[in-house]
Amino acid sequence: MSSPETWTHPEPREGPAATAAAPTAEQVIAGLRATSEGGPELVQLLTPEGERVENPEFDRYVADVTTEDLRGLYRDMVLVRRADREANALQRQGQLGIWVPLLGQEAAQIGAGRAMRTTDMAFPSYREHGIAWCRGIHPKELLGIFRGTDNGSWDSNATRFHPYCIVIGNQVLNAAGYAMGQRFEGKVGDDNGEATMVFFGDGATSQGDVHEGFVWASVYDAPLVFFCQNNQWAISEPTERQTRLPLYQRARGYGFPGIRVDGNDVLATLAVTRWALDACRHGNGPVLIEAFTYRMDAHTTTDDPTRYRLSDELEAWKLKDPIERLRVNLVRHHDADQDFFDSVQADADALAVELREFCFNMPEPPIEQMFNNVYAEASPVLDAQRDEFLSYHASFGGEH
Amino acid sequence: MAAPAINKPATESKTQALTLGKALNLGLRTAMEADPKVIVMGEDVGKLGGVFRITDGLQKDFGEHRVLDTPLAESGIIGTAVGLAVRGFRPVCEIQFDGFIFPGFDQIVSQVAKLHARTQGRVKVPMVIRVPFGGGIGAVEHHSESPESYFAHTAGLKVVTCSNAVDAYWMIQQAIQSDDPVLFFEPKRYYHSANMKADVDTSAKPYPLYASRVLRTGTTATVVAYGPSVKVAMDAATAAAEEGKSLEVIDLRTLSPLDLAPVYDSVRRTGRLIVVSESPSEASLSSEIAAKVQQECFYSLEAPVLRVNGFDVPYPPAKLEEHFLPDLDRVLDAVDRSLGW
Repeated sequence: MSSPETWTHPEPREGPAATAAAPTAEQVIAGLRATSEGGPELVQLLTPEGERVENPEFDRYVADVTTEDLRGLYRDMVLVRRADREANALQRQGQLGIWVPLLGQEAAQIGAGRAMRTTDMAFPSYREHGIAWCRGIHPKELLGIFRGTDNGSWDSNATRFHPYCIVIGNQVLNAAGYAMGQRFEGKVGDDNGEATMVFFGDGATSQGDVHEGFVWASVYDAPLVFFCQNNQWAISEPTERQTRLPLYQRARGYGFPGIRVDGNDVLATLAVTRWALDACRHGNGPVLIEAFTYRMDAHTTTDDPTRYRLSDELEAWKLKDPIERLRVNLVRHHDADQDFFDSVQADADALAVELREFCFNMPEPPIEQMFNNVYAEASPVLDAQRDEFLSYHASFGGEH
Repeated sequence: MAAPAINKPATESKTQALTLGKALNLGLRTAMEADPKVIVMGEDVGKLGGVFRITDGLQKDFGEHRVLDTPLAESGIIGTAVGLAVRGFRPVCEIQFDGFIFPGFDQIVSQVAKLHARTQGRVKVPMVIRVPFGGGIGAVEHHSESPESYFAHTAGLKVVTCSNAVDAYWMIQQAIQSDDPVLFFEPKRYYHSANMKADVDTSAKPYPLYASRVLRTGTTATVVAYGPSVKVAMDAATAAAEEGKSLEVIDLRTLSPLDLAPVYDSVRRTGRLIVVSESPSEASLSSEIAAKVQQECFYSLEAPVLRVNGFDVPYPPAKLEEHFLPDLDRVLDAVDRSLGW
């Protein structure tokens, strides 16, 4: 490591150093940490090999999960992945301007999403296609954002799934406020209590808004589950660029529980999220869950991960694939046969076809759409601007 | 301490054809070579070279302590850059997209802008905040905005924008050299446009930073633009010429302080002014220009100053942005309205 003197007064360089492209020792170590098993504190109920491991603390939160339920979780993950891959392909074919892949994070999102009740509220980031699925939002409702026709077409009040938030971390404070409202209205205190979940990534944990969200939720005992999907990468920056300690341990500093769960284990994520929501419903205040997972694809379709990470890392994580481990478990321990897997595959293919056809037939948005709903109340100034532009546009006879 | 001069003795003329993005990259590199106190900081600016590759290769050549991949927080980027600047560095911050600058707004308005006045000039904040801005790239929300008026409204900040590769190369170096904090807006849609490549002569004498520039002379009307709208204005002038109308086009370049002397000179000759900008028009730079021109050129004006701006709505979804953005037709329509007054 260089001394401060070295780097505040660097020696002049003639040109690129021959060895500059090779990763430093620090980078290598950081990379190894990023691809570790998540540490001994990781809550896991299904091993990457699909074996169920006992956990005295969390088993009871999934004691009621039947074989049918496991099949449902499997189906959720397969369908969400299929929709994700289809949307990715639609972007490559020019049908979408951009896509934000979820690949690899299916278990984290399905486990969390299926732990929620309809009365709970969710505040997503922009990669939460699996949470959306669990809130009853069809993937086609997401497409407008990425095709550029709208900012998401679902009813966020009816589904209790807030609009996607693209600015990093903003939604965490919004979720804290919503959860404060749940508490102020007396909706917490027993098994029937309401709770809120907010979804964000490892990168977002550096934002001031996230820190402030932790503070607000804790001092007001807000029923809020902070669900951080640590997928190891914030575009090109590894988690080590955001933190020196495991992210879940930050909760201690704010005075509420934090826990790290295997985010590629849908059963463990379901159990841990149920536990956290339970704590919120009963009025115990917020919980931080760090779902340890991996972004198996690019940050978005505009990103090129080969510039900053090694393919070995992806290969290592493929061995911990969230869908594969449940598939193996279903085969070995729950008598799932090929017919079941075929039927799930058929459903996934049908979903992909439906998504594709929907995408191809999405209408162009009307021009006046951009002037609509800017304000809740009348705005004569904007109305005049809209009328002037529509009249100007009409003067081209629809050819403009 | 004065920053080192950026003009090395011109031993040989060195001209290369560069895109706007490559010109910025070369300008940054040149500034970093000239002054070891210049550091680059932002999200993904290191190994990745920035999401637009404007800092490509800089970390490899200058090291991780001069090109910092920062944690993901704009307030943190700006706030720590203030401290580094106070310590004697010249930080060049990259904000990944225009719409992501707002977490850093507090630091910019409360600290960056005010420190020099607060300390009666004892503390300088020689930092540059680079902001890719404007639309036309088919992006999702927060990736296409034009927030420059917020900053031009704030005393203590310099605000500039380049419209071409030659200016990009020189202006980024001049901004880094400036002892004032500079918001540096870059027209992202032209970063990699091959047809906007220009010959950059690195041995030439640069045009001053805080000066607007007449790009095309004309007599029928004056069109003022900046950043990405300059190309729109130039294209409009070409189209207008075919109809026998001679438009004078002025690239503002500096948004704060405004350099409107060339605009006044022009309007006194043409009698007509159209201001073009992607930003919404209400309480904007366009409004300020219109106000100043009517004050200085009142007896020369043959028509009111007209503004061709983005509308006063949130930047729309990509499929609608062609209607939101000022285009050649809207500029020509404004010219016609001015002439028909």
